[in-house]
Amino acid sequence: MAMPQLSHSRRRFMTDTARMACGCAVAGLGLGYVASDARALPADALRPPGALPETDFLSACIRCGLCARDCPFDTLKLADLGEEGLATGTPYFTARKVPCEMCDDIPCVAACPTGALDPTLEDIDDARMGTAVLVDQENCLNFHGLRCDVCYRVCPSIDVAISLKASHDERSGHHAIFAPTVHADHCTGCGLCEKSCVLPEAAIKVLPVRLARGEAADHYRRGWEEKEANGAPLVEGLIDLPDRLPGPGTDNLAAPGGFEPAFKVPGGSQ
Amino acid sequence: MSVETHLPVGFEALEEKGWIGSRRFLLLRRASQLLFLALFLTGPLFDLWITKGTLAGSMTFDILPLTDPFVATQSVVAGHWPSATALLGALIVVAAYALLGGRSYCSWVCPVNPVTDAAHWMHRRLDLPKGWQPKRSTRLWLVAIALVVSLITGTIAWEAINPVTIVHRGLVFGLASAWIVAAAVFLFDLFVARRGWCGHLCPVGAFYGLIGKAALVRVSAANRDACDNCMDCYAVCPEKQVISPALKGAPGSSPIILAGDCTNCGGCIDVCAQDVFSFTHRFDERIVEPSPQSAPEQSAARKIHKECSQ
Ligand code: SF4
Ligand code: SF4
Ligand code: SF4
Ligand code: SF4
Ligand code: SF4
Repeated sequence: MAMPQLSHSRRRFMTDTARMACGCAVAGLGLGYVASDARALPADALRPPGALPETDFLSACIRCGLCARDCPFDTLKLADLGEEGLATGTPYFTARKVPCEMCDDIPCVAACPTGALDPTLEDIDDARMGTAVLVDQENCLNFHGLRCDVCYRVCPSIDVAISLKASHDERSGHHAIFAPTVHADHCTGCGLCEKSCVLPEAAIKVLPVRLARGEAADHYRRGWEEKEANGAPLVEGLIDLPDRLPGPGTDNLAAPGGFEPAFKVPGGSQ
Repeated sequence: MSVETHLPVGFEALEEKGWIGSRRFLLLRRASQLLFLALFLTGPLFDLWITKGTLAGSMTFDILPLTDPFVATQSVVAGHWPSATALLGALIVVAAYALLGGRSYCSWVCPVNPVTDAAHWMHRRLDLPKGWQPKRSTRLWLVAIALVVSLITGTIAWEAINPVTIVHRGLVFGLASAWIVAAAVFLFDLFVARRGWCGHLCPVGAFYGLIGKAALVRVSAANRDACDNCMDCYAVCPEKQVISPALKGAPGSSPIILAGDCTNCGGCIDVCAQDVFSFTHRFDERIVEPSPQSAPEQSAARKIHKECSQ
């Protein structure tokens, strides 16, 4: 009589355990999926100044919203449930809607209780919320030879983070193009330029740094910089050969310093 | 077919103690829940800033930081050691609930509680089947799952879907999901599982329950000898398993409801016409001696309605 009883309770224990283990696994996988789904920020969502790199930020930000509350310009929003790519409740801003005004006292960072916004950020010019990129030269008015300049003029770090680079306008033949040129080392990603672009869709956009920037390999050296640091050519006894200059054909014999190529392309025009 | 039913739950208390007397703590709880919401809302609505932030983390009058300890724990597990302000906030919250009863958070503060209470009220009116009833310990497993997933993904995992903060944040910051999530919890409790969310699943409540395991403020069934077995306290209690050890304990056993699951809601106090229960501290083991006149007539006191529905 005792045996079936025992095996019954044992079977029950085992099915209970198995059911619980499966339940935990399914719930865990589901939660893991939802939680890690939000790790790639959409390209137009920028984190507040001083935000830790995204993976660290998601472990640090408790989604309290204190940064958003203390932002005097209502720049920061909290992500609602299901907003694509944004972890629920985390703060972000969309430059084209409300950019960051780069407050001197950085109240958002001061308000953050967790360190998700790095408290060592003391100078707002050191913030890197993203990097502005002139994404559409074909529509930028300055690239048409006009002097719109708005993105350049609104930049809080004018002439440092963004400057106008003049070049010859080949279309008109006798004007200049003043190309808005971002210097990523100094751009905070505040988004004022993107906000102010006069086009219906901004030609300059702030992108997350990971999208905006390339990265040079560690071992790359720029010869001219090394030479200057060294004060002399790095390799002694180099012969300075005549430089090739641009011109029609493979080489420009007419220009000073041009020379006859040692090898001619078979069937080449010259 | 003849059905035997009780008088409606709380009927005797209503007759004995009046409308207010029989829902004193319920009214106080609703006032408290409104107050906690109001602290966060006067700022955005009237520009009078009392408490900023959300229930995940807040700052009151620019000096009192508070942090949800479950969120903070997940943050630590996910690999971030919070700054002093957030840590201090978590310590204050833990200390407060360790004294006041961890799950007092549930019945006095949490904005989801009115939702699940409403679902339960509706459930009773519609006389629905209780539905899926996972073990009460499921919520502790969910605590564990949230921590493990936080560890593996390096994110504060439960915050991705936590109805408590989503509803609160939504109300305070004006986000639409508050209503959707509240409706989902309501429908879940109504049609899928009676008292399902708060009573069986919510890991936030479970975590507060762990904090309050040794809480000072507790309900005592000090007057348990006056109990006339109307069972109304079991009907109102969101965690009915906590009552029996105190109410039906052997003579000489503690009358204190010691289980961490008790939410200190005071529902049992309100609903008991015999005034069996009262708030006290956990070391107060006094038991009211039964007086010969007030000894209940067990069977007579248990009023039964005989209804013939056909
Ligand atoms: S720096 Fe100022 S404007 Fe920018 S997000 Fe912070 S508080 Fe808002
Ligand atoms: S104040 Fe800090 S922890 Fe709170 S939401 Fe903002 S970044 Fe996150
Ligand atoms: S985002 Fe635009 S306006 Fe802001 S610093 Fe960079 S270039 Fe200047
Ligand atoms: S169990 Fe969870 S949802 Fe229910 S009242 Fe407590 S914290 Fe809120
Ligand atoms: S025992 Fe009483 S106070 Fe505790 S949860 Fe149940 S009804 Fe509320």
